[in-house]
Amino acid sequence: MEGKAVDTSKAYKVALENELLVTSSPHIRSNESVQRIMLDVVIALVPAIIGSVYFFGINALKLILISVASSVFFEALIQKAFKRQITINDFSAVITGILLAFNLPASAPWWLPIMGSAFAIIVVKQLFGGLGSNFMNPALAGRAMLLTSWPAHMSTFTGTRPDVVATATPLAIMKYGMASDGAASATVEAVTSASSSQGAALPELWDMFIGNIPGAIGETSALLLLIGALYLIVRHVIDWKIPVFYIGTTFIMLVILGVDAELLPYHMLGGGLILGAFFMATDYASSPVTPIGRIIFGIGAGILTALIRVKGGYPEGVSYSILLMNVATPLIEKFTQPRVFGGAK
Amino acid sequence: MKLENLTFRGGVGVPHYKELTEGLPIEKAKEPAIVYIPLHQHTGAPCEPIVKVGDSVKVGQKIGQSSAFVSAPVHSSVSGVVKSITEMPTPTGQKVKCVVIESDGKDELHESVKPKGSLESLTQKEILEIIKEAGITGMGGAGFPTHVKLSPPPEKKIDTILINGAECEPYLTADHRVMVEYPEKIVFGLKAIMKAVGVNRGIIGIEKNKPDAILAIREAAKSEPNIEVATLKVKYPQGDEKRLINAILGREVPSGGLPMDVGAVVCNVSSTKAIADAILEGKPLYERVVTVTGHGIKEPKNLMVKIGTPFKDLIEQCGGFTGTPGKIIAGGPMMGISQYSIDVPIIKGSNGILVLTEKEAKPEKVNPCIKCGKCLEVCPVKLQPLYLAGYAMKKNFDKAEEYHALDCVECGSCSYICPAKRPLVESIRLAKREIIAKRKSKR
Repeated sequence: MEGKAVDTSKAYKVALENELLVTSSPHIRSNESVQRIMLDVVIALVPAIIGSVYFFGINALKLILISVASSVFFEALIQKAFKRQITINDFSAVITGILLAFNLPASAPWWLPIMGSAFAIIVVKQLFGGLGSNFMNPALAGRAMLLTSWPAHMSTFTGTRPDVVATATPLAIMKYGMASDGAASATVEAVTSASSSQGAALPELWDMFIGNIPGAIGETSALLLLIGALYLIVRHVIDWKIPVFYIGTTFIMLVILGVDAELLPYHMLGGGLILGAFFMATDYASSPVTPIGRIIFGIGAGILTALIRVKGGYPEGVSYSILLMNVATPLIEKFTQPRVFGGAK
Repeated sequence: MKLENLTFRGGVGVPHYKELTEGLPIEKAKEPAIVYIPLHQHTGAPCEPIVKVGDSVKVGQKIGQSSAFVSAPVHSSVSGVVKSITEMPTPTGQKVKCVVIESDGKDELHESVKPKGSLESLTQKEILEIIKEAGITGMGGAGFPTHVKLSPPPEKKIDTILINGAECEPYLTADHRVMVEYPEKIVFGLKAIMKAVGVNRGIIGIEKNKPDAILAIREAAKSEPNIEVATLKVKYPQGDEKRLINAILGREVPSGGLPMDVGAVVCNVSSTKAIADAILEGKPLYERVVTVTGHGIKEPKNLMVKIGTPFKDLIEQCGGFTGTPGKIIAGGPMMGISQYSIDVPIIKGSNGILVLTEKEAKPEKVNPCIKCGKCLEVCPVKLQPLYLAGYAMKKNFDKAEEYHALDCVECGSCSYICPAKRPLVESIRLAKREIIAKRKSKR
């Protein structure tokens, strides 16, 4: 080319001396990052962590720290063993650790979170391909494993006051304290009188809302969990669809199943529903990406939760509902593909 | 109905970076010493040269044409002598036969460049012929010959002409400045298009981050009862013609279809101005406004540039690079094409030269997909980029086709938003090429 041979312009030299990067568009990227998203979830869990220590004491903090440390350790260990890149700096193992600890009673022995996180991280997360490829929520799967293996440790709950050694959760009171009537005919009076004879009564609703009740260490404070959830929705980390349809469906199903109106608030605030709906059911990898799929996921989990609580053998039911919906996720996505713009209606 | 604050579903907010040049008036670029005019700057058949080496040519003289309907002639942008006709790389990434003309610096107009008469005196056919002969193509992107767009088959009933002044690409302000400085020409061009297509409704769509352009066009169109200005929410990719139709008219161009399938014709503002120039002055499309910009450029500018001017001339005129350039892009950062050489010439579709610094161009580390679903949220076509890209990377192109790969408009919103920095649109693009190649070989 004629022009090239004689060209000595400055611009030309600069470009010639330095190789230009040539890639396919787009050439700019947003500030979004995996690490930032995971960090946001950790931040959103901080109020509930502080609350758990306040309500359940230093043992709660100990369990959370052991759980987080062992989750991160197992993640690094297995990635090293598999000669994969070590990705513990993405905070995802930290989240699994916190959520797992949140599902333990404050009286749990120190080794319980280690067992749980080993199962959650090694089996459920890493053996299936690591972050983004887990087919179930690792923390919930870990909890389910612990509940089957050490049921006594997992369901002995301490109260929030130091003088109460062992007590029942509000949902357990509702379920077992009224076994003779059945849930459908239960009333607040019946439950209160029936259970007061055994030394357990339903707590005040306000205590339930702020978390001053027996239960797993991270699930009791609806208030603190909702603060974190709001942060995640505002930061656009989670989609409101799954939690809103989940909690809404649970409510409607409980009404349909005949649960007394005055007991409904206890169902809404107790049994880890808030924790599960906002922090567990919204796990990216194990919930659908399609908008309609997310709605179906929420509805399905809500129906299952209400059925387990009223008709099933467990007082709560959030964990198993989410786990069941997790495995249904690929199927839900297959049938809820969005209609492409301009495609057939 | 008031056409205010309209938008479409999906899309993404991208930083504008338009402040670098949006307030700078269009300057005339220095007369290039040599121009390299590609004979194929449009979608359709390439032109054959109609000049020989050694011929003297003048500004506006036709130097290449094709007998095919879907094609657009090319014209000389300088007066001077044809030095050679040779294959050269162009900003599209293809090698194209170019007419190399050395300018004599006189800038003499060819005798064919003269006013074509008033709109009232011209027939529908004559206007189309003027547009065709002026070599006007879409100046916002794909470079589709404008006269073809304005000649829909009779069974397609067109009711509205939309003029695309969205300019949603970050950094670029060429269309913006054309609207601010030549509003009457845009209104005139729109009237010409309306007459050529036989339509009496024209709407100019402008994103709301260009209030001066909205004001200027409204002022220029105030005595035109059939012409309206629609303001659009600032969201990428509002300038995609199917998004524009959806936002303004609420219509959905069917998958695989064209705007005329829903009764609309969309034309870029710069092309519309070129139509006015062709009628009022007889001027073929041999120069255009180019935004030379980016943090890698010392003095960003909006320049009126002759087609065929090499990128390096313009980079020099804008003070050169601020440091080591990282990437040089023909067009904007979302859909522009990165260049490996600055010898490539400006063509009819070149709306900008963007220079990114080394730091800005540094590729980010790609992480595994976390299935956050953000790519689904931003996709204006409602595709599932994560799965599409996944199939493309596994070379499962049949599955990619099933997931509607061919509906992808390649806007890049998915790759932009992806927190894992995955090459989503890049992979889908690959799948599209493969699917189209396979379809062709089957035929």
